[in-house]
Amino acid sequence: MSGMTGDPRGEPPRRPARDGFPRQDGAGSRGDDGTPAASLAVALGAGAALVAASLVTRRRTRQRERALRHTDSAPERARRAPSGSATLTANAVTINRPRDELFAFWRAFENLPAFMENVLAARPLGQDRWEWRIGAPAGRSVRLETVVTDERPGERIAWRSLPGSDVEAEGDVTFRDAPAGRGAVVEATVAYHPPADELGRLIATLFQREPQIQGRRELRRFKMLMETGEIATSANRRPEAQEG
Amino acid sequence: MRALTWHGTHDVRVDTVPDPQIVNPRDAIIEITSTAICGSDLHLYNGVIPGLMAGDILGHEFMGRVVEVGPKSTLKKDQRVVVPFTISCGACYFSGKEQYSACDNSNPAEKQDLSAPFYGHPMSGLSAIRT
Repeated sequence: MSGMTGDPRGEPPRRPARDGFPRQDGAGSRGDDGTPAASLAVALGAGAALVAASLVTRRRTRQRERALRHTDSAPERARRAPSGSATLTANAVTINRPRDELFAFWRAFENLPAFMENVLAARPLGQDRWEWRIGAPAGRSVRLETVVTDERPGERIAWRSLPGSDVEAEGDVTFRDAPAGRGAVVEATVAYHPPADELGRLIATLFQREPQIQGRRELRRFKMLMETGEIATSANRRPEAQEG
Repeated sequence: MRALTWHGTHDVRVDTVPDPQIVNPRDAIIEITSTAICGSDLHLYNGVIPGLMAGDILGHEFMGRVVEVGPKSTLKKDQRVVVPFTISCGACYFSGKEQYSACDNSNPAEKQDLSAPFYGHPMSGLSAIRT
């Protein structure tokens, strides 16, 4: 027991549960003599094994939680982040281009519809406010007006929606150097609150059409566009390509 | 153009299909002069690849002649070319290391969904989902 509980260094468990189980071997020896002392030993052994197993399980859970807090998986972090009633999604992609070039392309917001399937149009309203038209099912679209809330050149763009938008949303996109000269890691996070009316339900349906997958595809298309100058498609005729 | 198309297990036919067009700047249209049958084609022929749909065009190892190129293509009209089974973008990290089969960009983003749950991250080389 002491070997299992007295390890304050927080190292990964070295299979202590297995070390505990041989105590159950007492069950085998019980048949040998069958004395009350042996039964007591068996009971103690089984209890000790149970306590050991539960301690190990708890420690493993804590370690998993610690590991996830520091994970470099953006989708995983978004899943675990406290976001209240908002829906939060995040994605990241590594792009083999310089960070500043990626930032500059993204910052020219009129470029975004080129790789964001759902964004039909982006229009500047002045003073860094932009109007977005986002495609919805049944040929409808929703309108979003946004303002940039934070900008660090080459590093981060944060934005939020303004009153009067069909959906309340905010998000950011960050750019950081990838290790070993592999370009840059781009991470995009979006949190949104659909309103509680009919249009809201429509928006919810629209966004819940696998928002995580949609977000990842958009970043993959951004990567393709920046690395190769084109977005891969399996369409072999132009009308099909435009349909997406 | 004429093309070998799949219609079901052990049912392939040479059909007339719409001519291809240049869609992306680095595209090229190749008139095929001869082709190989790959082991993968046999998997398709035997009907064991999910996602295959009636009318899909078969064949991915061939040689031929360039008939049309996009504005950013490095090929020239009338060149004779050989096309291997791997396609790669030439611009991603893996292409730069000549690890062409690991290319990040050669398959469409919407066809990379299956590899994320399978391998923990999306990658290009698996394209079993047809959307």
